[in-house]
Amino acid sequence: MPPPAAGHSAAYTEVYSSALYRRRRWTNRVALTLSVATMAIGLVFLAWILTTLAVRGLVALRPVVFLQSTPPPGSAGGLINAIAGSLLMTAVGILVGAPVGILAGTWLAEFGKGNWFAETARFVNDILLSAPSIIIGLFVYAVMVARMGHFSGWAGAMALAIIAIPIVVRTTEDMLRLVPVSLREAAAALGASRWKVVVLIAFRSARSGILTGVLLAVARVSGETAPLLFTALNNQFWSANMNAPIANLPVVIFQFAMSPYADWVKLAWAGSLLITLSVLVLNVVARIVFRQQKAG
Amino acid sequence: MSAPPSIAPAASAGRAAGGASPFPQGHVAARARGQRLADRLFQGGTLFFAFLVFSLLAAILLSLYLGSRPALDRFGFLGFVRSREWNPVTQQFGGLVQIYGTLVTSAIAMLFGIPISFGIALFVTELCPRWLKRPLSTAIELLAAIPSIIYGMWGLFVLAPLLADHVQPWVTDHLGGWPLVGGLFQGPPLGIGMFTAGLILAIMVIPFISAVMRDVFEAVPAILKESTYAVGATTWEVVSHIVLPYARVGVAGGIMLGLGRALGETMAVTFVIGNAHELNTSLFLPGNTISSNLANEFAEAVGGLYTSSLIALGLILFIITFIVLAFSKLLLLRLQRMEGRPS
Repeated sequence: MPPPAAGHSAAYTEVYSSALYRRRRWTNRVALTLSVATMAIGLVFLAWILTTLAVRGLVALRPVVFLQSTPPPGSAGGLINAIAGSLLMTAVGILVGAPVGILAGTWLAEFGKGNWFAETARFVNDILLSAPSIIIGLFVYAVMVARMGHFSGWAGAMALAIIAIPIVVRTTEDMLRLVPVSLREAAAALGASRWKVVVLIAFRSARSGILTGVLLAVARVSGETAPLLFTALNNQFWSANMNAPIANLPVVIFQFAMSPYADWVKLAWAGSLLITLSVLVLNVVARIVFRQQKAG
Repeated sequence: MSAPPSIAPAASAGRAAGGASPFPQGHVAARARGQRLADRLFQGGTLFFAFLVFSLLAAILLSLYLGSRPALDRFGFLGFVRSREWNPVTQQFGGLVQIYGTLVTSAIAMLFGIPISFGIALFVTELCPRWLKRPLSTAIELLAAIPSIIYGMWGLFVLAPLLADHVQPWVTDHLGGWPLVGGLFQGPPLGIGMFTAGLILAIMVIPFISAVMRDVFEAVPAILKESTYAVGATTWEVVSHIVLPYARVGVAGGIMLGLGRALGETMAVTFVIGNAHELNTSLFLPGNTISSNLANEFAEAVGGLYTSSLIALGLILFIITFIVLAFSKLLLLRLQRMEGRPS
């Protein structure tokens, strides 16, 4: 709105200098300033957390972190057993969770239109997507750890798989729905059966989108701590035995950060930096892949 | 979708010809049958996995229910919820402290999180230059990508000392003497406690709430906003009189989603809550939440009743978050239906 300028008519000047007008303009200015401030608050916290991580993590990140296993208190050591355990459990969790999620999402997108079961399954999936991850840990504890009688890497991987599934289901369904109907109809008109239409046409054109979902699931799962606390537990030593408690970065970070030993806290910062870096890189890659999907 | 109907007569014709003809009609029929079988297998197979996801929720509920039976049978549901006792030695367990802590920390998170999320959504949809929109939205979304354990470490080593040294003494001096609410701000400035936990939760729910708000604000028809601008309204008047009322269902859904996240958040809270089984009025004193209690004690819990009491807490947490999240989902579904979008 133009400010009142000299040379305008009396009525014009009166409107723009009236108390009501000035109050409205001030309210607007205050509200919008606050809005800018909230955006700044959000960005400040992001920058603050990331710089803290960079500063404290980089100091602690030395080659030995990748060469030695977690030390007893008071001595030097690394995180290699925890890194390996995390990679192993994440890989198994995704190998189990991604196919299940993709197939379930496929059914929802291709066959689950307008029937009550699909509506309910979608609803349940969205609840699972935001359900507390520690509850998943309790569930896996009850069905696996309590039955087998001991904590194990398998149980940890299963908990991660259950967390990954809803993410993959959701993205797979969304991405398959973006595939144009005309593409499917063209394939069907050529005599392709339903499964061929889905596998050879829909999957192919939604490939990057589905991959985005899997990448996001990997990102989410690799930082999860709560469900591993009482499934995989922890292991101070090198172990690749999935049938026994296994070391993993998140639980090691938790244990070390809460400890009174300076060496351990330092390693926890190094581990935090590693996890955050990989999660952020995965997120960025997922976004790039997704943009390709949109472009193609 | 079944195979094209023209195949069926061809198949019978093929059979009538006795298969002697080199013309591959019988072959076509066999292939069509094979395809139809493959179709059925494919549909059945994917349905099986959809059902698996569907039954996961029921399985979780069932296992929590069964696991919590010993504790709930012993103390009774109301007795368990009302008791503030938590003593593994005397085998007396109650969930009042943890339930209180969960609700209070989430309430603090909402108190700070909702206005900030609203401001961010308002900035992105109404004020932000177009070229800045995507980078800023992405930055806020990255807040959701940071693992919760990182929030916990940052909270414990950076935020808590800061609050203890600079914020809490000031607040205690200025608000601690107030009637009614003064008690909330008393006590030594420890840095850790329910207030710090709530503050970190607020940062963690911002990306979820503001993303939903941004989407529903963007869905407000431009013609409504433009006509309001045309009669001389300011940006704030357009937002408060047109955008917010139009988007209120979605805004409520987004807030519920954030609340569901805050209630169940575990690691970030566990670092800074102080893990004390005390019912403190002051927000600056340590407490406990259901999830942090589980994280701290479950792996070491010995004895059936102890474990069962912890599972009972998990069941209560799951039911609360389920109700909140279901409510959120229903609100957002209603919104989609209003806009005529497919779910």
